[in-house]
Amino acid sequence: MVSYFTVMFAFIFLPVTILLYQLFPARKRWIVLLGASLLFFWSISGVLVIFVIASGFMLHYFGLWMENIEYEESSRKQARQKKKKVLLLAICVHIGMLLVCKYLGFFTGNINHLLSWMHLPFTLTPPAIGLPIGISFYTLQAVSYCVDVYRQKIRADHHPLRLLLFLCFFPAIMEGPISRYEQIAFSLWEGNAITYERLTFGVQRMAWGVFKKLVIADRLNPMVNEVFTHSQQYSGGMVAIAMIAYTVQLYMDFSGTMDVVIGTAEIFGVSLPENFRQPFFSKSIAEFWQRWHITLGTWFKDYVFYPVSMSSFAKKITRKVKKRLGYYYGPLVAGSLALFAVWICNGLWHGAGWHFIFFGMYHFFFILMGNMMLPLLRKYHLQWNHGFWRILAMIRTSILVCIGELFFRADGLRIGFSMFYKMVTDFHFESFSTSLWTQLHLDIQDLILVLVSLVLVFVISVFKEKKIHIRQKVAVFPIVLRWSLYYGLLFAVIVFGAYGTGYVPVDPMYASY
Amino acid sequence: METIIEILKEIQPDLDCTRTDFIDGHLLDSLAILSLVAELEDAFDLMIPAVEITAENFNSVQSLLEMIERLREEE
Repeated sequence: MVSYFTVMFAFIFLPVTILLYQLFPARKRWIVLLGASLLFFWSISGVLVIFVIASGFMLHYFGLWMENIEYEESSRKQARQKKKKVLLLAICVHIGMLLVCKYLGFFTGNINHLLSWMHLPFTLTPPAIGLPIGISFYTLQAVSYCVDVYRQKIRADHHPLRLLLFLCFFPAIMEGPISRYEQIAFSLWEGNAITYERLTFGVQRMAWGVFKKLVIADRLNPMVNEVFTHSQQYSGGMVAIAMIAYTVQLYMDFSGTMDVVIGTAEIFGVSLPENFRQPFFSKSIAEFWQRWHITLGTWFKDYVFYPVSMSSFAKKITRKVKKRLGYYYGPLVAGSLALFAVWICNGLWHGAGWHFIFFGMYHFFFILMGNMMLPLLRKYHLQWNHGFWRILAMIRTSILVCIGELFFRADGLRIGFSMFYKMVTDFHFESFSTSLWTQLHLDIQDLILVLVSLVLVFVISVFKEKKIHIRQKVAVFPIVLRWSLYYGLLFAVIVFGAYGTGYVPVDPMYASY
Repeated sequence: METIIEILKEIQPDLDCTRTDFIDGHLLDSLAILSLVAELEDAFDLMIPAVEITAENFNSVQSLLEMIERLREEE
């Protein structure tokens, strides 16, 4: 079972879990969810499941430790100081596990480069530990739990298995969303019965996700893989097309997976937070990140941006600069320092590689420029909020996002720059000849199918943007029309889905993070 | 309440202070919030920790006032 898009998951694992869940009495249903989650984790990561189990129990211990300090210490100041030490220890333990599993190879590789550059006869060999599935996601959930207990936003959980389930709930373990304890822990525990409405709504959402993934993302996969793997053989025009195709593929893969994840959780009565809100309707890079991978953005905002920008040091800077430069640029200096920290973390979170750090800095640059220019744009009424200018701003933002994704997907920073250079210096329209496309396993039928599917996704996105709830609208359609639509979607996936000979499904892109 | 409205108007002159969705409606961005925190701390002589930066506390003038009164009581 390597992803949610396998026969094993869709036709055996999930139905059996649903059946067992419904057969168990309500107060024991969490056992089914926890058992299924650990089995799912083990089927992908084997013995590395021990990491998430250890995290769950340590989280329980650290939470209770902080709570006990609160009860035992009579002085509030002393309690806070002691709790802070426990919090730092908890964060170090969890981030430490992430660093060892994910970044040790990257750090030792860079140290080895440095040693060889200095002609020193040493090399470091990192231990081969392996990467537990979803460690980047559940580590952030664990840190948010510890900080929220420290801040007394939530009470420490006295049940270690509830915390473990919060960390490793199987629909969200591979690619998120990154949930907060208070959002899901109790609904996971309550054992809500599976109702007809939850089941149908959940399955509909899953089917839509499967459509986006199998019909669009996987169909583009051979072409994207070929151009990114052998970029030196293709013209700049083809690189540009592959860059756009990869951005579309990433969006359809990740948002399609989120539909499957949220739909699956919905069946069990668990409302996971949304991760996407029509990101390509954004007018700026800053807005894009409020609509793309939302739970990661809000995590960084709550646990990195505000703590850094509201530290006493940052507040001093804000007050000093505000006296000289006014209300806008005053907080901008401290805010930019915090933003820099956010984007270094964001880049590194996506992967251990310099091109990921560049990806973070690329977005930091455009957000910073946007922030610096905002007063000027306001002064001269150039905010591009309406009509044609708004569309132009969306296109500009989409192009900038696509360029960022080129560096993100390229096999290293050097290749990313060479692809970008080729794209701007060697662009010609021969790239659009059909013979070349055929070599890339993408014929005219494939192209039409992808384009028609994207039009459908676009129309639905427009409805969502206008806050029209399509599923509720469809639910009140006459039964014949309603089921015709459901069957239509199902057959579209079966007939037009890119699977079988000649197709390699897209690796679950965010699963390795 | 007047002081809060004055501060908000200084930071963001076009803000409709009767709204109750400053955060949820994306009317105040993170830089405006940082500015607002610094101003409120000076005006009311208190410390607003990062944990208080929530939509519930920053969505309206009324919720800001309630947060300030609570923080003053706690101090």
